[in-house]
Amino acid sequence: MKNYIEHIDYHTEIPANSHWSVRVRRGSCMRLTDLSGNGNLAMLFYNPENLLERYNAPDTLKCQHTFKLTAGHCLYSDMGRIFASVVADSCGWHETVCGNSHAQHVEQRWGARDYQNHHNDWQQNGNDAFLTELAKYGLSRVDMAANVNWFSKVTSDDQGNLQLADNNSLAGSQVLLRFEMDTLVLMHSCPHPLNPSHNYPRHPIAVELGTAQALKEDDLCRNSCDENRRGFDNNRLYHIGCI
Amino acid sequence: MLTHSPRQADQTSARHTISAGDYFVGQVNKGQVFRILDLEGNQAADTLFYNAHDSAERYSASDTIREQGNIYLSTGSQLRSNDNNVMLEIVADTCGRHDTLGGACSTESNTVRYDLEKRCMHSCRDSWMLAIAEHPELNISKRDISHNINFFMNVPVTQNGGLAFEDGISAPGKYVELVAHMDTTLLISNCPQLNNPCNGYNPTPVELLIWDA
Repeated sequence: MKNYIEHIDYHTEIPANSHWSVRVRRGSCMRLTDLSGNGNLAMLFYNPENLLERYNAPDTLKCQHTFKLTAGHCLYSDMGRIFASVVADSCGWHETVCGNSHAQHVEQRWGARDYQNHHNDWQQNGNDAFLTELAKYGLSRVDMAANVNWFSKVTSDDQGNLQLADNNSLAGSQVLLRFEMDTLVLMHSCPHPLNPSHNYPRHPIAVELGTAQALKEDDLCRNSCDENRRGFDNNRLYHIGCI
Repeated sequence: MLTHSPRQADQTSARHTISAGDYFVGQVNKGQVFRILDLEGNQAADTLFYNAHDSAERYSASDTIREQGNIYLSTGSQLRSNDNNVMLEIVADTCGRHDTLGGACSTESNTVRYDLEKRCMHSCRDSWMLAIAEHPELNISKRDISHNINFFMNVPVTQNGGLAFEDGISAPGKYVELVAHMDTTLLISNCPQLNNPCNGYNPTPVELLIWDA
């Protein structure tokens, strides 16, 4: 993992059931750490220059012929560009099709969200967490695309039935993203919508930001398939004239 | 699940043929049933649904997949909105499986998937862009163009997390039929894609048949 990091400049911890957003510059890296294990960090990506350009899960999956996300994969926008590359991953499988829980799911499973009584331990749901962050940029539910759920593995059997894997992410498991263009990143640490836990799951995630090492000729993500080489070419076109 | 419909084509209230590379916009009201018929076989119909009274509420693949715990659409699938309401339900299906993971083709994703110089080939998203430009009354803009359904498209997921685009399992005369649980705007692109087997490299027309409640 350190092969891709020039230096880390910032460290924070997203508590359980929380949300955050941050603008990340091209050439930066973001390292995510599941501190307790069994965590879930949902994420959405937008182009801050044009918020209509956003993460597109279908394009990401089909151009790399994958259902899961792991090291070697790139996260595509709907405009054929790469927001970020997954350059390292000690977890092995992250999903991007199940979306978020809604308030009604959390209430049915674990009880209603109640700040008055629970303060910052309130039982927030992923949908409302994203809506809160989206609103800060003039965005709304109209703009909420299918998100990534880092650290959550969902498998499909031959009939298409989905199963959330137990213990996919061990304490300390990490994902490292390298940003290939300026990106607005929205995230929340609310439970995965298929999480069957008896109690509302609470798992904090560490987020570190820093400078990525420059892209090398033998880069894992750029060379993992012809599609990604063309995706990087699209990013190069987007940045012609940039220093 | 393979299921046939008892509805007869001569009792429809409306029929529309959608040529390959064209779009269709229209409304079905609560209780109406519509059928998308693959006339010549192996044709993808890329489809979006909106609440006819509030375009901010629309078909959501994530909500649909999560609630049914299954990635494929067939008879019995309830198609949900981003507000997790049931918009439509598949009531008959002679194809057996429809995709909602693969999304639509766009000129931009064509550059990634096939060749940078294929950026000007026609695509479903461009059909939708033309549709919303020609129909401002829909109050639909690019931000509303989200993750769609590909009727008649076969995108199997493997147990180790792979995704394949395989020859369609559709054939001439196969169809899927849906009942509307709310007044719904349909936005269909009959896929013009020439670069992969989703249309058998030969896009062909589909027909839309609508029955009153």
